[in-house]
Amino acid sequence: MTASLLQTRDLAVRFGGHVAVDHVTCDFRAGELTAIVGPNGAGKTTYFNLISGQVPASAGKVLLKGREVTRLPVAERTRRGIGRAFQLTNLFPGLSVFENVRLVIQARCHRGFDLFSMAMSHAEISEAAQEILARVRLWDLSGQPVSELSHGNQRKLEVAMLIALDPKVYMFDEPTAGMSVDEAPVVLDLIAGLKDDVTRTILLVEHKMDVIRTLADRIIVLHNGTLAADGPPAEVMASDVVQEAYMGKALEDV
Amino acid sequence: MLTRLLSGDGPRSLPLALILLAIFLCLALAPFLFPGTRSVDTAARICVFILLVASYDLTLGYAGIVSFAHTMFFGMGAYGVALASTHLGRGFDALVLGTLAGALAAAVFALLIGLFSLRVRAIFFAMITLAVASAVAVLVSQLSGLTGGEDGLNYQIPRALTAAQKYLDEPVLGVRINGKLLNYYLVFAASTALFLVLLRIVNSPFGRVLQAIRENDFRAEAIGYRVVYYRTIATCVSAVAAALAGSLYAIWLRYVGPDTTLSFEIMVDILLMVVIGGMGTMYGAVIGATLFILAQNYLQGLMGAAAAGLEGVPLLPGLLDPDRWLLWLGVLFVLSVYFFPTGIAGRLRGE
Ligand SMILES: Nc1ncnc2c1ncn2[C@@H]1O[C@H](COP(=O)(O)OP(=O)(O)O)[C@@H](O)[C@H]1O
Ligand SMILES: [Mg+2]
Repeated sequence: MTASLLQTRDLAVRFGGHVAVDHVTCDFRAGELTAIVGPNGAGKTTYFNLISGQVPASAGKVLLKGREVTRLPVAERTRRGIGRAFQLTNLFPGLSVFENVRLVIQARCHRGFDLFSMAMSHAEISEAAQEILARVRLWDLSGQPVSELSHGNQRKLEVAMLIALDPKVYMFDEPTAGMSVDEAPVVLDLIAGLKDDVTRTILLVEHKMDVIRTLADRIIVLHNGTLAADGPPAEVMASDVVQEAYMGKALEDV
Repeated sequence: MLTRLLSGDGPRSLPLALILLAIFLCLALAPFLFPGTRSVDTAARICVFILLVASYDLTLGYAGIVSFAHTMFFGMGAYGVALASTHLGRGFDALVLGTLAGALAAAVFALLIGLFSLRVRAIFFAMITLAVASAVAVLVSQLSGLTGGEDGLNYQIPRALTAAQKYLDEPVLGVRINGKLLNYYLVFAASTALFLVLLRIVNSPFGRVLQAIRENDFRAEAIGYRVVYYRTIATCVSAVAAALAGSLYAIWLRYVGPDTTLSFEIMVDILLMVVIGGMGTMYGAVIGATLFILAQNYLQGLMGAAAAGLEGVPLLPGLLDPDRWLLWLGVLFVLSVYFFPTGIAGRLRGE
């Protein structure tokens, strides 16, 4: 079995008296797509926030390629390869679609501290941004301000920005939520395409069971902040506790 | 060529381009078009304030940072030149040294304020800049032995930059070719060049990150930009540009005092100029500074003339009394913000 790319060790955070993530220990291996399921409020988004650093951990560790990153600022974790797309769309609203993606590529190329060249003169960055926009089929909207995009297209752009970042760890938080039935497959195909690169690991919070069945190599279940189940999809889905507690409910959502 | 000079960020609107061209030509030819001490003085002030307001736009309009310390940085450049000229004696070396020292002091202060307070909430940064700027202003008026206190400092600049130095015996187009004229073109050329540098910076990869931070600092951090460093560098660049504007102003005026460089009133003027002109456009600084300074200088005169002309009409002469010019400026400000929320430049670009 390949080595773990990302590990969490007893990772926990408490908000006041409420323990939102409760000592979760879990390994994520390269070449694996892990679906994270659990009811609303289970702590899935907070678990992501702890891994990417938006929320500081109360206890425990996050390790990337065996090295601890628990105390590093968000941007530094991103630079080391922890990439994140957000459940609530989180873009640069006043800037164009193209500029949103271009900024990500520029970050990846470590060009931000260049004060005296013209941003648009870096053809390799602009071309890479165009290429990503073509892949997510947003290139015809590239000049539009993000604030004028439909919800579905904003969700697509959210995913496009994570793909543009080219991280080692992809974290998608309900990427297709609120998308129409014909938009969602585009995004899911993109995520499926990322599995071809076996040096990365993908974490996907998703409610739709059919999606999980086709994409996931493994499922973990969070319940009240604790890791309630972990294993191959068929096994986890069949387990009694999961069947009763979550799958029944989740299936109704579909 | 022009595109590169403007960093690919042209006016993008014909009326805006025409207005900018007109302002540029008027300033470039001011000594010949508007001879007379007062009008050339106004033109020089416009040049300096365009640079000052543009440097403020870098932080406020592009990075979304609210600072009240901009006049402090402006003052550092001005006092740098004044102190060097006072203590080292009249000379170009004093001007250069004073300018560099002022810019360095501004950069160090900006760095300290930035690293200390930019990681926390924006309002906290604004308060810190206000506190530091007030403290510095008080200090400058208290340390009168060094700074001249409220009276400020008068000093001499190299003769080559004063009216005493004649370069041609005969006037050209009715204008004496002397050191004062050279001084004007020094101010004009330096302001123009530095404005173009600022325009380049806001269109650089760095400038784009500032806009990203303004739009959504949380996401900027999440894609790998250390927001606090970018904000700090932006504050430093802006402070240095303001200090250089201050040095030019000091070279032009041959006098510095709290009222000409450090006062809170100037800070408010800068805010008005950037908002009237249009934030986050750079060109707004050109329009805002020009309009504001012209209004400041000539509105009073115009109103005085109008009040005299309307003598006998009830109420109106009182309203148009020159002492009420600030009131009218306030009315103009409210109207312009109401009708052009994106400023004049934004409006002309159809935003
Ligand atoms: N910043 C916060 N402050 C206080 N409580 C929070 C915060 N973030 C999340 N929570 C709480 O933590 C729990 C887990 O939330 P979340 O991780 O968003 O769940 P999920 O993504 O699984 O739906 C919820 O009860 C939520 O109210
Ligand atoms: Mg969530």
